[in-house]
Amino acid sequence: MHAFANPARFLRLARWLLPVLLVPGLVMSLGAVAWGVAYAPPDHLMGVTVKILYIHVPCVWLGMAGWSTIAISSIVELVWRHPLAAIAARAAAVPGAVFTALGLITGSIWGRPTWGAWWVWDGRLTSFLILLFLYFGYIALADAAQRDASGGNAARIPAIFGLVGAINIPIINRSVVWWNSLHQPPSITMGKSAIDGTYLWPLLIAALGFSLIFGAVVIARMRMLLADIQTEARLRRKALG
Amino acid sequence: MHERLNQWEFVWAALVIGVAGTLVMVGWSLLAMLRAERRRDKVRRK
Repeated sequence: MHAFANPARFLRLARWLLPVLLVPGLVMSLGAVAWGVAYAPPDHLMGVTVKILYIHVPCVWLGMAGWSTIAISSIVELVWRHPLAAIAARAAAVPGAVFTALGLITGSIWGRPTWGAWWVWDGRLTSFLILLFLYFGYIALADAAQRDASGGNAARIPAIFGLVGAINIPIINRSVVWWNSLHQPPSITMGKSAIDGTYLWPLLIAALGFSLIFGAVVIARMRMLLADIQTEARLRRKALG
Repeated sequence: MHERLNQWEFVWAALVIGVAGTLVMVGWSLLAMLRAERRRDKVRRK
C-alpha cells in the first residue's frame, strides 16, 4: 500500500488509469441507459417509469459508495498515516455529493408518477437527504483543514467526521426493512435479485459504467489536489527564500 | 379526481438531469485538474 505513498509514482499510475476508467465508463453507462430506455418493456405496476431505474439506482449506489470511500480512506489515514489517503477521501467527496444529489432528484421525479408525491419524510428518503448534508459538512471541514497551515490534529478532524458519518450508510441500507416506507424493499441483495434479467443486465452494466466514471473523477480530483499542494509548497519555499 | 400524467415526461426529465449532471461533473473535474497542473508547471518553471 505504501508503494503508492510517493506522489510521483501515484501520478504516473493516475495518468495511465484516468482514460482507462473514463472512456469505457462513458461508453458503458450511456450505452446501458440507451439500451434500457429503448428495449426494457414497461413494468406492469410502474409502467414506463421503470426506465428511471437505469439512472437512479447507479446514482444512489455511488452516493453510498462515495461515503464508504471516505470512511475507508479515513481509517487508512488515521491508522497507517498514508499520505494519499486524506487526498483520496477529499477527492471522493464531491462526486459522492453529486451522485447523492442526482439520486435524490431522480428519485423525486420517479416518486411523483409512482407514489403521487415528489417527497415523503420516510426512513429511506430522509436518511439519504442526511447523507447529502453530511457530504456538505465533510467538504467544508476538509477545505478548512487544508487551509489551516498549523497542520497536526486539525487535519484529522475530517477523517474522524468521515468515520462517524459512516453510521448513516447501514441506516440507509436497512431503512426500508426497519420502517414502513413507500420505497420498495431491496431488490438486489448478496447473490440474489428480484429483478427480471430483461431489466437487470442493463442495470448492472449502467452501474459498472457509472462506477468507472466515479473512479475516473476521483483520480482527476486527486491529481488536482496534489497539483495544488505542490504549487503551494513551491510558492512557500520561494517566499521563504 | 383522477390525474393523468404522461410518464415519458418524467422518464426523460430524470434521464436528462442524471446524464447531464454526470457529464458536467466529469468535465468540471477534468478542467479543474488540467488548470491545477498547468499552474503547478508554470510555478516550477519560474
